[in-house]
Amino acid sequence: MSYFLKRILYVIPVTLAVGLFCFSLVHLSPGDPMDAVVSADAPSEVVQMVQRAYGFDRPLPEQFGRWVLRAVQGDLGLSAANGRSVATEVFSALKNTLLLTVAASLIGFTLGCLFGTLAGYWQGSLLDRLVTGLAVGSVSIPHYWLGMLLVIVFSVELNWLPSSGAGPGSSGDWAFEWAYLRHLILPAITLSVIPMGLVTRTVRAVVAEVLANEFVEALRAKGLAGTRVFLHVVKNVAPTALAVMGLELGYLIGGSILVETVFSWPGTGLLLNNAIFQRDLPVLQGTILVLAIFFVMLNLIVDLLQAQLDPRIKRG
Amino acid sequence: MADTMQVTPGAAGTLPVAPVKGYWHSVWGRLRRDPVAMVAGLVLLAIVLMAIFAPWLAPASPYSTSMLTRLQPIGTPGFPLGTDELGRDVLSRLIHGARLSLLIGVMPVVNAFFIGSMIGIVAGFVGGRTNTAIMRVIDVFYAFPAVLLAVALAGALGSGLVNSLFSLTVVFIPPIARVAESVTTKVRSVDYIEAARASGAGSLTIIHRHVLGNVLGPVFVYATSLISVSMILASGLSFLGLGARPPTPEWGLMLNTMRDAIYVNPWVTVLPGLMIFTVSICFNMLSDGLRSAMDVK
Amino acid sequence: MMNTANHLTDDPAVRLDPTRDRGGKAQPLLSVRGLRKHFILKRDGWGKPASRVHAVDGVDFDVHKGETLGIVGESGCGKSTTARLLMHLLAPDAGEVIFDGDPVGGLGGLSLREMRRQMQMVFQNSYSSLNPRMSVEESIAFGPQVHGLGRRESRQRARRLLDQVGLSPALFANRYPHELSGGQRQRVNIARALALEPRLLILDEAVSALDKSVEAQVLNLLVDLKREYGLTYLFISHDLNVVRYISDRVMVMYLGKVAEMGDTEALYRAPAHPYTRALMSAMPSMDPNRRTERAPLVGDPPNPIDLPPGCRFCPRCPLVVDECHRREPDLMALGDGAHSAACLRAAEVSGLDDASLATSQEESP
Repeated sequence: MSYFLKRILYVIPVTLAVGLFCFSLVHLSPGDPMDAVVSADAPSEVVQMVQRAYGFDRPLPEQFGRWVLRAVQGDLGLSAANGRSVATEVFSALKNTLLLTVAASLIGFTLGCLFGTLAGYWQGSLLDRLVTGLAVGSVSIPHYWLGMLLVIVFSVELNWLPSSGAGPGSSGDWAFEWAYLRHLILPAITLSVIPMGLVTRTVRAVVAEVLANEFVEALRAKGLAGTRVFLHVVKNVAPTALAVMGLELGYLIGGSILVETVFSWPGTGLLLNNAIFQRDLPVLQGTILVLAIFFVMLNLIVDLLQAQLDPRIKRG
Repeated sequence: MADTMQVTPGAAGTLPVAPVKGYWHSVWGRLRRDPVAMVAGLVLLAIVLMAIFAPWLAPASPYSTSMLTRLQPIGTPGFPLGTDELGRDVLSRLIHGARLSLLIGVMPVVNAFFIGSMIGIVAGFVGGRTNTAIMRVIDVFYAFPAVLLAVALAGALGSGLVNSLFSLTVVFIPPIARVAESVTTKVRSVDYIEAARASGAGSLTIIHRHVLGNVLGPVFVYATSLISVSMILASGLSFLGLGARPPTPEWGLMLNTMRDAIYVNPWVTVLPGLMIFTVSICFNMLSDGLRSAMDVK
Repeated sequence: MMNTANHLTDDPAVRLDPTRDRGGKAQPLLSVRGLRKHFILKRDGWGKPASRVHAVDGVDFDVHKGETLGIVGESGCGKSTTARLLMHLLAPDAGEVIFDGDPVGGLGGLSLREMRRQMQMVFQNSYSSLNPRMSVEESIAFGPQVHGLGRRESRQRARRLLDQVGLSPALFANRYPHELSGGQRQRVNIARALALEPRLLILDEAVSALDKSVEAQVLNLLVDLKREYGLTYLFISHDLNVVRYISDRVMVMYLGKVAEMGDTEALYRAPAHPYTRALMSAMPSMDPNRRTERAPLVGDPPNPIDLPPGCRFCPRCPLVVDECHRREPDLMALGDGAHSAACLRAAEVSGLDDASLATSQEESP
């Protein structure tokens, strides 16, 4: 079987297992699952609807089967807090989270690649040590705390940028305008610190390794210009860098929970946070399921792309 | 042969016993010459001592509130690091907070180190289909980013310290088990394991005498690198309101409760985060130092 | 014929007594019958083996009490796999191992644990066969401890053994493997193997990785130890000179099968298998006048995955005839029966001299 087909088929059992985990979350909660799903002050028709929809009287495997079938059709149930469709809530929040994470990735990856390449080229220099220190700092910093620091400096002290929300108004629609962009700046910078440190470290290590390789020496010996050597380095660094970036993008989607809470950014993290405090388990379950499956797919794409770029993987 | 092998009673006392200079001795020797790791280690030691002796070090009670002295800035007489939203002395709360923050940050990794190593070593030592089955289950947990997994579990279980500890332990078991499995698989096929089997030793004896010593070292170093992440996540769960509960002094929870005062008393607000950052970066640097000290063959 | 076996008591020092000769001098210490091990490389979609390596493919031999049996062959011929199968470090697919009259393993046979007290092994790689986290003394004492000897007594024994293999216990007992030279490490490995007071010692390329001068010292040590303790050796090596020096009898293996077997002098004087003959002409000679320039073995051994039908040596054999492709020869006795070879033309081959072999090789395309 080809590597590609094998890797794609592997997603099926993993996704099912992820589903099983999310399904069990409701049963992990203390007390009767019904109590957890429906809040005490929910209207009676909601209680009945949820009861019918969940079929809590049936055996667990059957419940799981039904849950999977409905999830496949895009039906993630109804919110216990407000009775709205979980799928609608999750996907509108996911849009905002993606906006934030993509912006953060762009910043983090650009800076990470830049710093990592510089440090790798001039290994052992003062610049290298500075960059390495910065990288250690950025993987050690509690990013939610960094968010608060940025708010204090740029919102409280300087009053340049807003400290919460995704835009002026509360409509939830986003537009590519300064009024909206300025809301994005602080959360995106905060979140970008996570991938920056790791990308810097990885790129630095790989660049140093490639430069130490004999073929680069040979290129230099042949008198090739610096740019040509650089191109060769890029070609060899790309697969590893890509893998790290793909994984990091996934981690950002998970990691944005804390940052979204700091900046009240209306994404999946804030949705999850609210769901936890309202004990709204259908929303909790649905959000985690969607995010986990998104992460699984992202991993798949990264693996396939990496195999395309680096033929050794297919054989190994 | 029986004659030469005859055990002479009392002969042990006459044989010179040289001091055993083991592997860890040489690791320590190299680590001691790494200034960054040593500074990080000393800072951590100071913070641990601070946590242990908190009741004697803290100038005031971490719980006594006063509406009159709410939200004092840094440098206020009597409150060197200011006060929080309930008028409690922030310095005292930071000192007392070290206890719980360190505990909930380090414990999940310690737990996961024992459980994950056990799973990984068994999987790696048994090998074959058992190994594949165990590692496939472990792989499923890799479908969740760490933060998401922790929040999902803690959120479903409900807030509380025990639930937060449990969730984070679950988060760190898979990566540790993976490392333990890969190291064990490598060690298993080495000749000295074969030689031990040829001596007639059973699996448990071999694991105990030959595998553990060679596997736990690298796994331990890896685990120390996770403490930094664990500190951030544990305090993060408290920051979300999923870990410690008020009025307990804990750095993440302090960040959460003082956040509302960010416009009034901004610089006092950031202090608990500075503590988390310090501990986290020190663990990272110590772990890096340990790794390079152990790398030399 | 039971000798000292009835002296077995609970006293460990006595229990580990190696002179438990059960069957008498005439009974082989070790009998191997039909030993086979195939490694499965790939499985098809149904989990059935699709391709396999015939590592050891039906091997029979005896090791007599007090002798040294040498096993020679190129790398990949199955000699190391045979050693691991004998120690049950690998499970054989088929075959029987009989130790001094007792079958090893199975119901009523000698237990693996008991077998491992009587049979020990020294590995080729002196470094990787010692646990880097254990001192020399701990490594040697490990086996006796496993078999119930007290910690203190085990260490005593370890120190005495160190002395026996020529390493001063005071200097070496507390050292770690990385603090020793290759020869010193291999001495430790020998001490470790002797710690259980075995009757049979398997030496799997035990001196191959050592420098020539160190190799000679260790070989002499082995000879001394054998004489002193009445040991039996199974000496595995690719080096024909070393095997000739130490062995009473020699067994030549080729691709998982026995090609030839016989008393050392008879076999070296008149090799009866073309493979043995080729190996010997590849051997660096001490006599400059006898050195040859031509390559004695043409090509690589055939892939042990896809074996040719008939004799396995066909593709490389200078004396091949049509019959060889059709029939796989069994091991057949020559003359007095002590010497046997698995070649259809064995009788002719043993009578050939080097020159005629060279000629017939040039004739073959």
